[in-house]
Amino acid sequence: MLAFVIRRIMQSAAVMLAVALIAFLMFRFVGDPVNQMVGVDTPQEEVARLRQSLGLNDPTIVQFGRFMWNALHFDFGVSYQFRQPVTRLLAERAPATLELAFTAAAFALVVGLIMGVYCALRRDSWLAQIFQAISLIGVSLPTFLIGILLIYLFAVILGWLPSNGRGEVVKVGDWWTTGFLTTSGLRALVLPAITLGLFQMTLIMRLVRAEMLEVMRTDYIKFAKARGLRTRSIHFGHALKNTLIPVITIAGLQLGSIIAFAIITETVFNWPGMGLLFLKAVQNVDIPIMAAYLMLIGLLFVLINLLVDLTYGLVDPRLRIAMRS
Amino acid sequence: MTEPVISVRDLRVEFVTRKGILRAIDGVSFDIMPGEVLGVVGESGAGKSVTGSAIIGLIEPPGRIAGGEIRLHGQRIDNLDPESLRRIRGRKIAMIFQDPLTSLNPLYRVGEQLVETILTHTDLSPSAARARAIDLLNEVGIPAPERRIDGYPHEFSGGMRQRVVIALALCAEPDFIVADEPTTALDVSVQAQIIALIRKLCRERGTAVMLVTHDMGVIAETADRVAVMYAGRVAEIGPVRDVVKHPLHPYAKGLMGAIPTLEAEAERLVQIPGSMPRLSNIPQGCAFNPRCDRVFDRCRVERPDPDIPRTGLEGEAPLMPGHRVACHLYTRNPVENAS
Repeated sequence: MLAFVIRRIMQSAAVMLAVALIAFLMFRFVGDPVNQMVGVDTPQEEVARLRQSLGLNDPTIVQFGRFMWNALHFDFGVSYQFRQPVTRLLAERAPATLELAFTAAAFALVVGLIMGVYCALRRDSWLAQIFQAISLIGVSLPTFLIGILLIYLFAVILGWLPSNGRGEVVKVGDWWTTGFLTTSGLRALVLPAITLGLFQMTLIMRLVRAEMLEVMRTDYIKFAKARGLRTRSIHFGHALKNTLIPVITIAGLQLGSIIAFAIITETVFNWPGMGLLFLKAVQNVDIPIMAAYLMLIGLLFVLINLLVDLTYGLVDPRLRIAMRS
Repeated sequence: MTEPVISVRDLRVEFVTRKGILRAIDGVSFDIMPGEVLGVVGESGAGKSVTGSAIIGLIEPPGRIAGGEIRLHGQRIDNLDPESLRRIRGRKIAMIFQDPLTSLNPLYRVGEQLVETILTHTDLSPSAARARAIDLLNEVGIPAPERRIDGYPHEFSGGMRQRVVIALALCAEPDFIVADEPTTALDVSVQAQIIALIRKLCRERGTAVMLVTHDMGVIAETADRVAVMYAGRVAEIGPVRDVVKHPLHPYAKGLMGAIPTLEAEAERLVQIPGSMPRLSNIPQGCAFNPRCDRVFDRCRVERPDPDIPRTGLEGEAPLMPGHRVACHLYTRNPVENAS
């Protein structure tokens, strides 16, 4: 088991190295960082001195090494547009994005699972048909459209929920701010979380439904029925547990994409998170922020994948052996 | 005279499909006595497994029991509501499936599956249920059951898994077990062990067994009586020695003739020409008539019912009581047979 964890961590490190290389290449070769810093009327000698002091004349491999070393210390340089360390900018906005992403993921997982199980067990009921129709909408409508429609309905027409921002936030610890502790913060979270999670929810629902129908046809479910086990135990013990393995994979990967693709939702709802920061960085060619964001998302994906792989062993005893060997 | 454990009368099972109603089982009747093993043989699609599923009440839609009666100790069980039926399943009637590799839930320990089944059907405490689970594993011949009970199904071999499946079927000491091809997926040597185990349990506990298989060797070794099924009907039923050694129905003769034996000199095996009709296209009269080499007019019009055969047809062996055959060749009104 330990060997498995170590092997997976080493694989993760290799992936991160590749991501860092891409981030570095972008940082170094997409546009000239010096041009971003100096004005049009800066003398050539000044530019050359800046170039030298930034180490841009060193061999590329040395520069990459320095980039990696700094990255390991969470130092991604200074944002061109804000004149502030990138790490601090991201750290300020990370709580907003992470809270939104986890709320959306929890919503997607819980509601998707419940709807999926219901659709599988009561396949022909009218409610299952409605769920199926909703899932079609969720899969086919683009996120920004869903967001705008929700804002129009619940913020503009009904006026129940705020249309943008995070509401009141409370400071927790040194740098974390949370919207979970105030009513306005929670209310502000509802629409963006639904918008962000809807696609994943429908995906999970369809996956759970398909997997569960598949599992219900297996011999061990037939045998469980033939032994006269209680229906509840067959459905939620024997069938659901077997359904969960592919669901864990997809849900894990989807959590990564929820964080990565929060950009659109954050823009629609003017949510003060990393996605919004990234979008501004793209507009202003703020390479340090883009590079750091790339690294951060890469790291999140790698971590989530690692967690997913470790969770398999908890659910499926057959994989525990595969991990041991 | 003892009462049969299971009594099936004129059972009909239909599947509603887009093309119309298919009758998978059409008028099947038989009784099984306590401690008796009834072998059910026939080609694939003859309705053997469907009969078993019907008895245990696990016909999945679009299939349904369209007529007839199934009685357990004289009580009708084919018309029970799902919850009452669930209480009977596992407790009174158990079922063993073909493939032990897929019959066990891979995510639960063998012991968990046994204990859950025991707790469902008895009032035992969890620790008593576990003790009983160990006893059961011991009884079905699993070595070191105290240790193996905490194993997962994938840690058992195929034969051992089938023993676990049998232990699961025995959890509540059922009176009747449907064994649906319990040895088909196993090695020959393991097959013999499993058959011996079923035989032993039958004798010791007085459990009645319906053994569905297409392996005549298994039938000859295990069954007391045998029913030959064809196109959802019983073609011939009787004591196993009788039916295997002296089959009467032309289909049963063909089936027995198709068994290779070591003694037979290098003759070609007899084969029955053609194949079983599709359920959507069962011929009028006797379902076997298009393939029968002794077909005559009456076979194409009138459906034969299983009946006590008339003796003396071309030097047939003397009949044993309880032998029934559904063939016009053996009806006691031979007048039309001459035509």
